[in-house]
Amino acid sequence: MAATKTSKEQKYDRQLRLWGDHGQEALENAHICLINATATGTEILKNLVLPGIGAFTIVDGHKVSGEDVGNNFFLSNNSIGKNRAQAATELLQELNSDVSGNFVEESPDKLLDGEPEFFHRFSLVIGVQLPESTCLRLGVVLWNASIPFLVCRTYGLTGYMRLVVREHTVVESHPDNALEDLRLDQPFPELKNHIESYDLDSMEKKDHSHTPWIIVIAKYLENWRSEHDSQLPKNYKEKEAFRELIRQGILKNEHGAPEDEENFEEAIKNVNTALNPTKITSAVEDLFNGEQCNNISAQTPSFWVMVRGVREFVRNEGNGCLPVRGTIPDMIADSHKFINLQNVYREKAMLDATVVSKHVESLLQSVGKPTESIAEQEIKLFCKNAAFLRVVRCRSLADEYSVETFNRDEITSCMDNPDSEMVLYLMLRSIDRFYQQHSRYPGVYNYQVEEDISKLKVCVNSLLQEYGLSVSVKDDYIHEFCRCGAAEPHTVAAFLGGSAAQEVIKVITHQFVPFNNTFIYNAMAQTSATLQL
Amino acid sequence: MVVNGGSGDQCEWGGRWDHVKKFLERPGPFTHPDFEPSTESLQFLLETCKILVIGAGGLGCELLKDLALSGFRHLHVVDMDTIDVSNLNRQFLFRPKDVGRPKADVAADFITSRVPGCCVVPHFKKIQDFDETFYRQFHIIVCGLDSIVARRWMNGMLMSLLVYEDGILDPSSIIPLIDGGTEGFKGNARVILPGMTACVDCTLELYPPQINFPMCTIASMPRLPEHCVEYVRVLLWPKEKPFGEAVALDGDDPEHIQWVFEKSLERAAEYSITGVTYRLTQGVVKRIIPAVASTNAVIAASCATEVFKIASSAYIPLNNYLVFNDVDGLYTYTFEAERKENCSACSQVPQDLQFPSSAKLQEVLNYLTESASLQMKSPAITATIEGRNKTLYLQTVASIEERTRPNLSKTLKELGLSDGQELAVADVTTPQTVLFKLHLTS
Repeated sequence: MAATKTSKEQKYDRQLRLWGDHGQEALENAHICLINATATGTEILKNLVLPGIGAFTIVDGHKVSGEDVGNNFFLSNNSIGKNRAQAATELLQELNSDVSGNFVEESPDKLLDGEPEFFHRFSLVIGVQLPESTCLRLGVVLWNASIPFLVCRTYGLTGYMRLVVREHTVVESHPDNALEDLRLDQPFPELKNHIESYDLDSMEKKDHSHTPWIIVIAKYLENWRSEHDSQLPKNYKEKEAFRELIRQGILKNEHGAPEDEENFEEAIKNVNTALNPTKITSAVEDLFNGEQCNNISAQTPSFWVMVRGVREFVRNEGNGCLPVRGTIPDMIADSHKFINLQNVYREKAMLDATVVSKHVESLLQSVGKPTESIAEQEIKLFCKNAAFLRVVRCRSLADEYSVETFNRDEITSCMDNPDSEMVLYLMLRSIDRFYQQHSRYPGVYNYQVEEDISKLKVCVNSLLQEYGLSVSVKDDYIHEFCRCGAAEPHTVAAFLGGSAAQEVIKVITHQFVPFNNTFIYNAMAQTSATLQL
Repeated sequence: MVVNGGSGDQCEWGGRWDHVKKFLERPGPFTHPDFEPSTESLQFLLETCKILVIGAGGLGCELLKDLALSGFRHLHVVDMDTIDVSNLNRQFLFRPKDVGRPKADVAADFITSRVPGCCVVPHFKKIQDFDETFYRQFHIIVCGLDSIVARRWMNGMLMSLLVYEDGILDPSSIIPLIDGGTEGFKGNARVILPGMTACVDCTLELYPPQINFPMCTIASMPRLPEHCVEYVRVLLWPKEKPFGEAVALDGDDPEHIQWVFEKSLERAAEYSITGVTYRLTQGVVKRIIPAVASTNAVIAASCATEVFKIASSAYIPLNNYLVFNDVDGLYTYTFEAERKENCSACSQVPQDLQFPSSAKLQEVLNYLTESASLQMKSPAITATIEGRNKTLYLQTVASIEERTRPNLSKTLKELGLSDGQELAVADVTTPQTVLFKLHLTS
């Protein structure tokens, strides 16, 4: 209905400008599972409900305690004693009527025992404040079902997130500082022709001052190449000389002083980046050489079929280059010249995309799939983003925890600095051990703090020993992790709530790039680190 | 004991503050040197500590929640805006039925009813509507503003509260200022101890310059869809006055935006420019900055953590600037922003102006607005000439602007200014007049 669409568009306007209507659609088709409606859990969900996630289901067997209500905005004191999943669902649901909220009054362990397929219905599962054993069990189920799993935890002033996903592909990574794709080092025929249509020497001042800097550089590059054996200016000295050449081209007035030609100033400023050779990044080359790209079958996801399509283009019609991106930055120029130049790039981009489409079509045909299974629009978007494709693989928890495959190097090199966030990771692993041994977390009650310090130290040492890690964990951290008594301060939960929700949105929308694979937040120092464990 | 708020429910229940107490009642290895574990700290937070939250928008809503759940029960919130439907994707204290109501009021109501015992006093006002007596009552001030001008004003206000005795700063006159800002997936949080650490003006150059298109592009050489919209906003609207003689373009009026959109399409068609959409049009007219709940949650949480640290001494506060970006993974960077030696807001160093006596007043005005370290918006310049206070130029009142405009083309000598004299400059970026010493050369 038009009216509803407009009001949703209005409500979501500020975020639609970030991930577009198609991103929003992906969000609205997603169903997220949250395990444990603690403050961390409800804060994460709040930041998914507000932007309009399709549906959520909270799995939680706990009853609401007075402590729970104290740090959780989505539990009220009249729900003390009631099931926590139900209580939180009510107040979260109330945030956005577009979202469908559900709850299951059950512990995840029970579900894993009796009905692990329960989790297969979700787009992604978020596990909050999970004991290690539950976490690992759930990890196996979700890994085997290829469902992304985000583990989150607030422990005192430490925040922890771990993303587990076999393979996550990103077409629209939206890089912050992308280099332009101007092809000045190897202009395609249509660009060459267009450049030829300009004769700077015979232009009137008005035209001369409003010629796009791309043309200016291209013209001076032609001159340079004819005198330098077809080579580009290569080092600082040559680029300086090249800049000077352009500067000399600025028109002079009747007194011999240079006129004000902003387009020439722009050309000079852009010499450095404009002369970068058109190259395929190693990240993209890796995709071309990847197994999925080499072995296209009927099960191959669209992403890889398109990678292969682009690769075919690169190795044939593209002459070693990706399809032209088709965009140019704004620059001083009159409208006519700018639009014409922009169209040269746009039309070439369309042409290249069409060729890539043909390759994709024949690939699909070769594995017996209909050509409509990958839409023209998708291929166009893919080609436009070909230089920025990203694939993120966050390995399984089983691999992280196994003595055979754990990432020794990452741990030992980080611990060269004993205050690196890695120590917080080791502490979290240690308190998990404590929990396994004592069925409780250290220092929860005041009287326990002192005696638990030595017990926790034993856990730290046994952890280090089991993994053969010769790193030292400062006593201060052991003390702190007893002191905080497994508290979940709201502000730390809220920080994680924002961080985790955005990572979930990235995974669901396939836009922007998720972290890989462990994020630690230290609220004491207000620092953070991403570790690959 | 405060019994404000809630539907008659108790304000305390067993375990309510357990998550907070562990950090107040236990000694620890990373606490602030001043920290003393005690049960009194919690009482201080609950009963005495007064926090002011500036802004009840994306950051403000989060801040109020974070502070309320950290034990702060005496909160004030200032916001001059009313609720718009586009706020609802992140300003979670508001509902569709609240559209049109003052943000401060609705936010205060919601927190007060959801968090029993927490008292939030709303102020549907501009920050400039209050003076020192208002601001002085708070222990800590947290800002969730959306404008640099407002931040600078707040910064200036707290500077004006500082008391110096024989050149020594009285620490009891310092009110810590925690400032947060967000834009899309980027944000920052900083701790400012006025008179001691870098202030907003010390780091003015850190803020990215605002994009404004050159007039010749707008008027005669559009290339981008944005240029077409700006043409309609800046040139066509004043000319055609489509909704009446004195009716200014209101970015919140869909009819106005629709008109601008249609005219922008016409302009774009003239130049074969593609890409003008309703969404783009509105974005340009209102200078819309994209926003999501998640970034605001992260930055507000960082700020609230610092408020807690400072109020309780539980940990050493952030020293002093945190930058956050989650476009590609999650990135944070923490550093100590340095004080500027001659900062016009906090250094107490007299500001110097140097001009030839043949320079026109316009040049001085240009310097005040264009200099990277001053970036004034519409400065009013006064001076004492021959014993009398004379307004040399003032923009913000039309009649005075007209009267003083001829002074802009007069030279400093012609205006009767002498070497070494003081110029007093007032501007929206500061509540206090900035004094400049004028050095006339030649």
